[in-house]
Amino acid sequence: MKFKDIKAQLADYRAAAEGMRDILLANTVMIGEIPAPTFYEDQRIRFIQDRLSECGLQNCSADEMGNGFGILNGSTGERNLLLVAHADTVFSEKVDHTISLLANRIMGPGVGDNSLGCATLVSLPILLERLGIQLKSNLILMADARSLGRGNLEGLRFFLNNHKEPIAGAVCMEGVKLGRLSYSSIGMLRAEVNVRVPEMYDWTRFGASGAVITLNDVINKINRIPLPKRPKTSIVLGSIEGGNSFNNIATHSVLRFEIRSESAEVVHDILAEIRDRITQVELESSADVAFDVVSRREPGGIDFRHPLVRHARDILKALNVEPRVAPSTSELAELIRHQIPAVTLGLSNGRKHAEQIEEVDIDPLFDGIAQLLGLLVAMDEGLCDEH
Amino acid sequence: MNIDHWLQNNTFHYSSFWDFRHLVEAKKEQGLTISLCIPTLNEENTIGKEIVIFKSELMSRYPLLDEIAVIDSGSTDNTREVAASYGADVYLASDILPEVGQKRGKGENLWKAIYQLKGDIIVYVDADIKNIHPRFAYGLVAPLIYRPEIKYVKAFYDRPLAFSQGIRPSGGGRVTEILVRPLFSLFFPELTAIVQPLSGEYAVRREVLEAIPFPIGYGVETSHLIDVYSKWGLGAFGQTDLDQRVHRNQATRDLGKMSFGILQTFLNRAKALNLMPQVPDLNSVLRQFQVKDGQFEHIEHHIVEEERPPMLDIPAYREKFHPNS
Repeated sequence: MKFKDIKAQLADYRAAAEGMRDILLANTVMIGEIPAPTFYEDQRIRFIQDRLSECGLQNCSADEMGNGFGILNGSTGERNLLLVAHADTVFSEKVDHTISLLANRIMGPGVGDNSLGCATLVSLPILLERLGIQLKSNLILMADARSLGRGNLEGLRFFLNNHKEPIAGAVCMEGVKLGRLSYSSIGMLRAEVNVRVPEMYDWTRFGASGAVITLNDVINKINRIPLPKRPKTSIVLGSIEGGNSFNNIATHSVLRFEIRSESAEVVHDILAEIRDRITQVELESSADVAFDVVSRREPGGIDFRHPLVRHARDILKALNVEPRVAPSTSELAELIRHQIPAVTLGLSNGRKHAEQIEEVDIDPLFDGIAQLLGLLVAMDEGLCDEH
Repeated sequence: MNIDHWLQNNTFHYSSFWDFRHLVEAKKEQGLTISLCIPTLNEENTIGKEIVIFKSELMSRYPLLDEIAVIDSGSTDNTREVAASYGADVYLASDILPEVGQKRGKGENLWKAIYQLKGDIIVYVDADIKNIHPRFAYGLVAPLIYRPEIKYVKAFYDRPLAFSQGIRPSGGGRVTEILVRPLFSLFFPELTAIVQPLSGEYAVRREVLEAIPFPIGYGVETSHLIDVYSKWGLGAFGQTDLDQRVHRNQATRDLGKMSFGILQTFLNRAKALNLMPQVPDLNSVLRQFQVKDGQFEHIEHHIVEEERPPMLDIPAYREKFHPNS
């Protein structure tokens, strides 16, 4: 099949996706209502496995890292393609996971990130069957665990380190936002600073101040680090915690932050600079200041002109969706590290409200699934290989 | 019938009906059609999800349901639009059998559904369930498919989040435990075996639905139990444990109104069955009190438990479903 034939099929793909709207949405609701905080995804993974089993997929299983799989055997099985959606969320199981469906929107915690991706994963075998599409390649459908935060892509890393057969290409799915096209990973480092005031702390010494003021010193010193404009670099101070009341001096405080840069070297230099400055604060305050790198990504990826990226862009254009090119720090980074050509695609439009409740539009989802199918078929035909 | 024997044989847990393929085959073999009815009044926040779940799981994937219908009492929000957009058949209760007029109340919708829907079995599910799941329909329908002698299956919900000892109380909500269970214990002891007599989810064969009257307000569930019991006995009932149901909690004042309606229905049944022949004409005003600016004042609620006759008494129904009789 030629690429122009695939583009001609996109309208049919979209119609077929719309024709199974109830299945896609029901899967989104049922997956989204099972809490799956990072490291505790087992119930959600079991549900995903059951869904894939019901579709008649072979080798539906979970590995020792808690990832869930199903394999859709290809007609020749000579190549393996990987479709992956992370199953974990940032929401604790104490959060009300009720999902609401309004006229053309779906709302709830983690709906876009990433119930919709997982729902698309488990609905895909039915969609392919309805369209009469049998891929030549084996399609590995994977819901990976331990992806976010301290999970640090542990699930996908384990799979890629231990999977015996080569993977010709991969697509990562995120619920939001349609048009997203990530093909490179940015250099990234996430770290945590814990300030603890020792029990025997001498409150009478000059500068005695407690954990909040000490953390404030750390923040001020990080803020004074000059950042280059090129390569693009940023430091995001993501969260702070500390203290218990109005009038008690805090004995513990935490800062979480992220360094991002197009250059691994710059990330490395900034990290060294921050370490020095934290040591200085620690010595000046006599508080214990612990520094802990939580996760790290190396920059890399495939080229903008790589056939996989080019075809992904062409498919989006054919669907009248403007591509939004942006680097990724999620699953894609691990695939890049293993030198697997891969992209991350968004499936629909959406937004976040207060309390992190996400809202996703339903109609654009069918374009999102059409793009996914178009790209999978192109990959299966070998059109996305670099020659 | 012995209550213990009935509890042993006619009480189910939805998980025992996990084999959908087998269930659908058994339904096909008997040539049964099944309709799901969701009565609504301003339920735009929950109705879409209910329809999508039932349609996906019990129509598209496994053809257990033949129709999903919303019977609406005249919602002023987008309930009907949302329901239609997700593929339900949506009816305004006042448009069904217009010649009999329109009364306000959930029971009215349930009654009119018997005329409007085509199923040999109708399963009623409330629209305000937050944790909706396919079990709310298949768990109730399955006993009717597998056990021809059962005619009416009620839901109950019994899954404590944590319990440390071997024995624990199991039962219904406040109105059930304070009003209905004591009344049943006094007058219909066998009906006490039904764990949650007021649950809004049940599946019933058409032959039963068309033959019993329908109070249109709070008393519809209570009257059904008494009428089906009087006509077919305890053996006609089944009940299914559907685990947990998360829904809006009602204020005590609202439960007072509910109890008032149920009592009216109960006393009228007791009189008709000659259990309490001396029941006088009942007052229809419930008074509740509140304090305003240091003064007590009462609020009057006029609650009249009107009843619709058995559907078989309606000529249009007989013409539609029993043209040769």
